[in-house]
Amino acid sequence: MATRQTHMLGRILIAPSVLLLFIWMIVPLVMTIYFSVLHYDLLNPGVHDFIGFENYYYFLTDPAFLASLKNTLVLVGSVLIITVVLGTLVALLMDQPVIGRNFVRLMVIAPFFVMPTVSALVWKNLLMHPVSGFFAWIATSLGFRPIDWFAQAPLFSIILIVAWQWLPFATLILLTALQSLDEEQKEAAEMDGAHAFSTFFYITLPHLARPITVVILIETIFLLSVFAEIFVTTGGGPGLQTTNIAFLIYSQALIQYDVGGASAGGLVAVVIANIVAIILVRLVGKNLET
Amino acid sequence: MGSIQLQDVRKSFGNIDVIPGASLKIEDGEFVVFVGPSGCGKSTLLRLIAGLEDVTGGHILIDGVDVVDTPPAKRGLSMVFQSYALYPHMSVRGNIAFGLKMARMPKAEIDRKVNEAAGVLNLTSYLERKPRELSGGQRQRVAIGRAIVREPKAFLFDEPLSNLDAALRVNMRLEIARLQKELGTTAVYVTHDQVEAMTMADRIVVLHAGRIEQFGSPLELYERPANLFVAGFIGSPRMNFVEGPDAERLGARTIGVRPEHITVSRSGDGWKGMVSVAEHLGSDTFLYVEVPGIGTLTVRTPGELGLREGDTAVLTPDPARIHRFDANGQAIAS
Repeated sequence: MATRQTHMLGRILIAPSVLLLFIWMIVPLVMTIYFSVLHYDLLNPGVHDFIGFENYYYFLTDPAFLASLKNTLVLVGSVLIITVVLGTLVALLMDQPVIGRNFVRLMVIAPFFVMPTVSALVWKNLLMHPVSGFFAWIATSLGFRPIDWFAQAPLFSIILIVAWQWLPFATLILLTALQSLDEEQKEAAEMDGAHAFSTFFYITLPHLARPITVVILIETIFLLSVFAEIFVTTGGGPGLQTTNIAFLIYSQALIQYDVGGASAGGLVAVVIANIVAIILVRLVGKNLET
Repeated sequence: MGSIQLQDVRKSFGNIDVIPGASLKIEDGEFVVFVGPSGCGKSTLLRLIAGLEDVTGGHILIDGVDVVDTPPAKRGLSMVFQSYALYPHMSVRGNIAFGLKMARMPKAEIDRKVNEAAGVLNLTSYLERKPRELSGGQRQRVAIGRAIVREPKAFLFDEPLSNLDAALRVNMRLEIARLQKELGTTAVYVTHDQVEAMTMADRIVVLHAGRIEQFGSPLELYERPANLFVAGFIGSPRMNFVEGPDAERLGARTIGVRPEHITVSRSGDGWKGMVSVAEHLGSDTFLYVEVPGIGTLTVRTPGELGLREGDTAVLTPDPARIHRFDANGQAIAS
């Protein structure tokens, strides 16, 4: 009796927050769905004709869509590979006893605290600028012609910036995992005659499987919606070379003023994100099972 | 073959001398137990032999070859760890085979050896399981399997039974002792449990503060402890120590009598005291008797005696079983 009342009370008490969260999520979603079937153009205010799935048709058949889908996948995939591989190596290094280890750790983690817009600006103007950038200075002092990063390798530059931002996250998670590796296991492997490489592949890497999965899943969520870095540096260009889905939807809504098309794109993005999530969980999710 | 000889082995961590200098010789096929209170350096000594720690000085000879500069895997020893240190993502088969795989042994031979080891340890039906699906005793056996499959010159055990419950511990104790006798491989076993030491060992090394206090067979340690520390450490309940006129009369600074070598009566000659606590174990009774001028003496008597708390008891030590110690705590030969 008492437990039933407590349960009841509990439900009543959490109802407001659940309701609020539900509304918070459902209202924008429903509005987006609603807009996506309208001809809603900011240049023709007042005209909101129902046009069915035409917005979807135009969005999906737009050559920009396939290009940006490809860019999104390349961006996410490359950043994942770079951060996981480098993150593992950096974490292995930081697990060694070195002088000033705490300071080194703080420095390595620092990029994660820099806002995306700021770090993109720093990379654009201080590092990658073809005339006054640090890389250009290195190139010219060595007698090479400086690279105009955002013109010659725009997507690669974006990947570099985003990977730099996410490397600390991967390193941090993998480092804590490394520190939880049982010392006696490493010693047992040593007694069994395993060298550094075999210890890494047979003992350390399997131990890291789960944290690597976590890193991949979390990073994917955020990397699918990279926007600030692109907006600040290349603005999606040259052409469509650095436009990803998020940026395409932005340009649909606020450069072409087509709210209906952007809403349709947003819903397509939701579907794509879900497809990616399902594939990922299929691929690496089994590592999360105990 | 597998004899291990330590020659003045020293180990310090920074300024702290954990092992100030240990020398001993373990014969081939012997089961030697390192025993001592926690922090006495017994595990460190084992890890020095294994090669997991580097010696600060001295030599370690395995079959007469100095192995101080040899990496652990090349010393031909295998070790069973306290936490078992099984590789959690590998099956039992993978765990046992790992050392052989690292030695690049042909697959067929690995399989044959693993199956053989699994047969000896009753693990055959668990070979494809992961360590987390096994019970404590089974994990322990996998750890032992991993050790025996490499056919080492000697086994090193680092408190392997301390994570098991009491009943299983007795079983595994027997099993390890039996296995070692069957294989005839030298074994060095570290424990803080003197019952394990007494029951399993051919010879026991008693360590105290990094020093070897005595090295001898279990009965030797029990009957002829070399000094006060060994006398107090071996035997349960602890030996009673008496100082003062009673000791001086026998020409010693301290005399020691084991609880089982004291007879109790209600009257007569001897130490007169009052029973403060009586512990009834069924087969034995432990009496704690307050004797004025001496302190609490422990007495072990077979069966029930009818003595209760508060009763007066007279204690008579068996004169042939009195151990005498000089001012330095060393035993005086009788």
